[in-house]
Order: sequence, then C-alpha cells, then structure tokens
Amino acid sequence: MTAQSDSVQAHPVKNHTVQTYSPREFHRQAHDALENPQIRANFRKAMDGLMGKRREVFSDWDLETLRELGANIRQRALAKLPDLLEQLEANCEANGIRVHWAEDGEQACRLIRELCEARGAKSVIKGKSMVSEEMHLNEHLQAAGIDALESDLGEYLVQLNQQTPSHIIMPAIHLNTDEISEIMHNKTGTERTRDVDYMTAAARQQLRERFMAADVGVSGVNFAVAETGTLCLVENEGNGRMTTSVPPVHIAVTGIEKVVEQVRDVPPLFALLSRSATGQHVTTYFNMISGPRKTAEHDGPEEVHLVLVDNGRSSIYQDDELIETLRCIRCGACMNHCPVYTRVGGHTYGTTYPGPIGSILMPHLLGLEDTKDLPSASSLCGACGEVCPVKIPIPDLLVRLRREAVGEGRGNVRGAGVKRSKKEVAAWKGFQWLATHPSAWRGGTAVAGKLRALTPSRLGPWTEYRTAPKPAKVSLHALVKRHRAESRPSDSPAGTEETRS
Amino acid sequence: MTPVKLYPPRPEKVYLFGTCLIDMFYPEAGLDAMRLLEREGIEVHFPEDQTCCGQPAYTSGYQSEARAVATAQLGLFPEPWPIIVPSGSCGGMMRTHYPQLFAGTEQEALATEVSGRIYELTEFLVHVCHLRLDDRGQPEKVAMHTSCSARREMGLAETGPALLKSLGQVELVEQVRAAECCGFGGTFAVRHPEVSAAMVEDKTVAIEQAGAERFVTSDCGCLMNIGGRFEHQQKPVKGEHIASYLWRRTS
Repeated sequence: MTAQSDSVQAHPVKNHTVQTYSPREFHRQAHDALENPQIRANFRKAMDGLMGKRREVFSDWDLETLRELGANIRQRALAKLPDLLEQLEANCEANGIRVHWAEDGEQACRLIRELCEARGAKSVIKGKSMVSEEMHLNEHLQAAGIDALESDLGEYLVQLNQQTPSHIIMPAIHLNTDEISEIMHNKTGTERTRDVDYMTAAARQQLRERFMAADVGVSGVNFAVAETGTLCLVENEGNGRMTTSVPPVHIAVTGIEKVVEQVRDVPPLFALLSRSATGQHVTTYFNMISGPRKTAEHDGPEEVHLVLVDNGRSSIYQDDELIETLRCIRCGACMNHCPVYTRVGGHTYGTTYPGPIGSILMPHLLGLEDTKDLPSASSLCGACGEVCPVKIPIPDLLVRLRREAVGEGRGNVRGAGVKRSKKEVAAWKGFQWLATHPSAWRGGTAVAGKLRALTPSRLGPWTEYRTAPKPAKVSLHALVKRHRAESRPSDSPAGTEETRS
Repeated sequence: MTPVKLYPPRPEKVYLFGTCLIDMFYPEAGLDAMRLLEREGIEVHFPEDQTCCGQPAYTSGYQSEARAVATAQLGLFPEPWPIIVPSGSCGGMMRTHYPQLFAGTEQEALATEVSGRIYELTEFLVHVCHLRLDDRGQPEKVAMHTSCSARREMGLAETGPALLKSLGQVELVEQVRAAECCGFGGTFAVRHPEVSAAMVEDKTVAIEQAGAERFVTSDCGCLMNIGGRFEHQQKPVKGEHIASYLWRRTS
C-alpha cells in the first residue's frame, strides 16, 4: 500500500478539535460569513441548484395534495406517538432489534458507548445521522478511546476538515471543489485536483478499508415503522447499507418523533423527502432494516440496536402548536429556500440544525437563553413554509417563539422571557398608546410631516445601506380630507355624501 | 397556501385601510388607490380613526400590544363592505393573522368577520373590479416586486403583474429570483441589518440587470427598502407603489 493509506492511519479523528460555532454568536458569525465571498458564492450556487432541481422534479406532481397527505401522516403519527413507540418497541424486539430509550443526548451517548464497550469495540463507522451530531456522539466516543469515522462523503470531508455539517442533507455544501481537493490532499495525501471522480474514488477506497475493519456501525433512521418494527434509511452513497450490514453490530439512533404508523405511510413520505431534499425522484438506496442476520443468511450484523432519543422533544409534545415542529422529515428544503440561510450559510446558526427548521427546533433542545437570536433571524418571507413537504407552519412558529422569547407566549419553552427588555417593552407600549389614540396618531403624523427636514439622515444600520425614509409633508389622513373637500362640490362618484365618514 | 377564494360582485361601497407606512411615508399611494377605486364607480370610505394593523408588534412577539392596536381597528368597519388594503403585508396580517390573534377572546367572531372582508388592492382591482386600463404613459421597462406576504400569505403572485401587463406601453421585465425576499421583513431589517442589507443588495442588482428603468411594488416596506438602497447608491432606478403607478399612467 502507498503513503496514502499511511496518512489514513494518521487520521485527524484522533485528538481532533472541532471548529465550533455558537448560536449566541449568531450576529458575529453572520457578519463573518457575509464578508466571506467564498461562503457567499458556494451557498448561492448550491441553493440555486437545489431549488431548481426541486421545482423540476415536482413539476408533474399534484404537490399540494401530496404535501397534505404527508402532513396528515406525520400529524397522525404524532397524535398516537406514545402508543406507536410502544408498538415499535414490541415489534422491533420481536424482530430481534434491541430497543433502548434515552432521555437526553448524554444518556444516548452513554448507551451507545456501553454497547460498544460490551463488544470491546475500538472502531465505529458511522452512516449519516443528525441526531448523533445533536448529541455530540463522536466526541463522546473519542473521549472513551473509541474511534468514530463518518462514512457519508460530505460528513467525511467535514470531519477531515474538523468542522461540523453546515447543512443537514449536504454537510459539506459550504465547500467547493478546490477546497475539498485541498482538504483531501492535506489530510489523506491525495493529489490536488479538480477531478471530482478521482476524489470520490479516493475517498471511497479510504472508507472501504474502514468499513471492513469497523467493530460497530452507527446509523440514523428516516422512518421507523411501528406496525412492522422496520427501520428505513434513505441514502445515495451505499455507505448507509455498508454501515448497517458490514460490521458485526449495528446501532441505529433516532429521535422519538421519527416513528410512522404503517408501512404504507412510507412511500408518500419517501416521495416527498427525496424530491424535497435533493430533487431526486428516488434515492440510490432505500434500506429497510428488519433485524439482525438470521441463521440461514450469509451477511448482516449479529446484533441490531435501536436507541430512541427524546432530548427535549417531548417538551414540545404537549403544546398543540409547537408539536407541529416534530412533523419534520429532515429534508432541508426550508434551508435551501431560505434567503437568510443562503446568505449566511449553516455554520452561522451555531446549531446542529441550521436554517428555518433549526430556528424553530433548537430553542427546545438548547433553551431560548442560547438561541434567542434564531427566531428573529428571518424576514418571515414564508418561503420555508411554502416548500415544507409536511406543511409545518414555520413562519407562525417563528413568531410563536419570538413571543416566548419576550415573555408573551405560553411560557412553556425553556428560557421564556429571556429577550424581554425594559427598553423594548417601553417602545412597544408607546407604539400601542399612539396607535390606539387616533387623534394623537393624526397629530403625530402631522408633526412628523412638518418636521421632516429634521429627519435624521442616519438611522443606525439602516442608513449604512439605504437612504433614510422621510415622513411625507402631508399624511394620508390629511390628503383624504383635502380630496373630499375638492370632490364635495361636484357629484361624488357614487353613493351619497351623508354616509361618508 | 391560501384556499381558493370566491370573489363578490363589484360592490357600491368599500372601506380603505391605508396602512401606517402609507399614512406617514407614502400618502399619495393611498390617495391613488382611492382614486382608482372611485374611478370604477365605487364609493370609498376612509375611517378616520384608523392607525396601524398592529403587525410590527405582532411579528416582534409583542402579542398583547399587537392585539390592543388591532382591537382599535376592528370597530372601524361596521358596514358589510369589503375592506381594501393597498399592502400585501398589512392585508396578510388582517386576513390571516387576526383570527389567530383574537382566538379565544371576546372579539374572535368580529375579528374573523372582518378578516373575511379584507382584500389587497391589486387583488380587488383584478378579481372584483375586472379593471381595464388605458395606458397614457411613455414606453417603459418595469420590474414588479411582489411582496412575500402578497405572494405567499395572500396567494397573490399574479395580480400585480397582471395589472402591469395590461398597460399597453409598459414592458414587464422579469428579474432573476423574483420570488425571493428583498430583506425588509419589518423589524428584521433592524434586528439583522447586515443580513437584510445583503438581501436588498441582491434584489437591486437583479432588478437593474433585468433592464428595468423602474420597479413597482404593492408594499411600502419593500419600496422603502429597495428604493432606499437604489437611492443610497445613487442609481437611476426609481420605485413606485403600484397604485400610484397605475393612476399616474391612466389618468
């Protein structure tokens, strides 16, 4: 073997420190991203491509009907969630899949580590799993001396580059070909190139060796079917199938909300997921995992485990509005269509799930203390809600969380009220007073019009990029009065004068 | 997003809700909306006590303040006439969010009744007035910026462009990513000024590259944002509210 495999052995996954971002630093991180032309160009190009593909692939579908179906399937599953989870557990166990429950990420990490340790595992190969990112599984395993390697190509690159994913479907979307070439050259010794096929083949070879040597495979789950105890895994690279079938142990980890009632619920959700996510009619692989290797079978893992993680999800479950967040099937279409995400990229959000879905989900996982700037990081343009395949009313939920952040919601989100400031409350109270006292309002607009020459030409950040708006000389109220006076002598267009207000 | 809406026959009388931005910054747009409606033989009532729909407080999370402001508007429309709003944003607030805002309160029934009578101006001109326009203006290349609330909350992506297309001398040019937000978003532009600036920058570039001499919009928030950006860069592209543009070219 060549120097290339030596450098794979010296993989930075050992002792790596991951470049971290924090939701508390949204403003600074947004500033940095906006100043970075490479980030701007990479995201713009990628998001334009993804939006175009999605539009194209849905063009001959009755999308609204399909979305309605998807939303209903997910909502029904959530309505029956406790029962379905019990049913899932029973049917998985009957299939030979051991089911474990974790209240939070820490407990889930511990469970997985213990399962690894019970097998004396030193090496874990991972399929793509956002839940594992959410609970920082790699760091946890590493601290216990267990090497965890990402096998999804994007995740692999991100891990090589000591970063976290910037997108839930395309983790390395912030990188362009040249950057990827440089990372692979530096970390694995491949030649610098723009030949994507060469790089893919190199990564494939590097990963193949690790698949064969891995003691445990860890994957996520897209849909867990309660009726049959089946775990569905959607992927394009075959790494998911390798992860779940080559190592002697497969541990699937997923959020409790991923359960669906019946097998027949899966095709519509899969149709929505693949099209919404990557604009594909169908993904290259669709795995249905229904248990460990049976006696007559030649391959497959000896043990299969399912770890069901709550990690803040059940706190939303009781709220008839917030529960809609849990319908999400993690397609990423909301971020692909978000004008804010497109400008600042995924890392800016500083959370596992970026973009619109992250802004409505992360406050429940982390609390509003850390995430208070996320629900406001949206112009409420509605593009996310428009494309969501399961019709999550994301803009409404953003507004709901803004209410919670300023202490005007139901108070059932962790950190509720954290953003309430006396200054802002006073400003809105002032606005309220003026807008509920019509004569004061009219007086105010009249004065503003008279003093328009005194309007400051600098209005904070607004005027760094735009001219300041000037109040009109005469308000609409006054213009209407004038208009009435002018038209009164002659015939009015219709109706009678006395009914005029 | 909006279910199919059935439109009434042309009424004799309507209310005009002018919106606070028009009242204060673009009053001519409100007056021109009134003139357009009056020219169609409709008597326009402008309740004098109107102020603001309450949206700025609502989207900032200040629910009780928003509700208080909205409450002050609810009683201004006692007759069963359509309420015309020359803004997709305020119209969306009143049509879509008022029922939610008042859910479970004493005013819920009234709010729902009022919300059912809300029409955005271009929607009303196209679907109720079946407006025919006689263009007397000079030939001009114009881009339409439909606000996100008009487009998505009210489902009115087509009405503004339809009116502009009916002007004989106007060439409607399509900017790239026409459906993308201009970055205004009410208090968003203040809370996240840099992101908002990046968005409006792209919007002005798109409008300019489409070869537009002017952009027309049905929302004064977008007008203030996009127009303010053009002006800041001392670019010749001017913005105008669609009511003013239609009135100016056909009167």
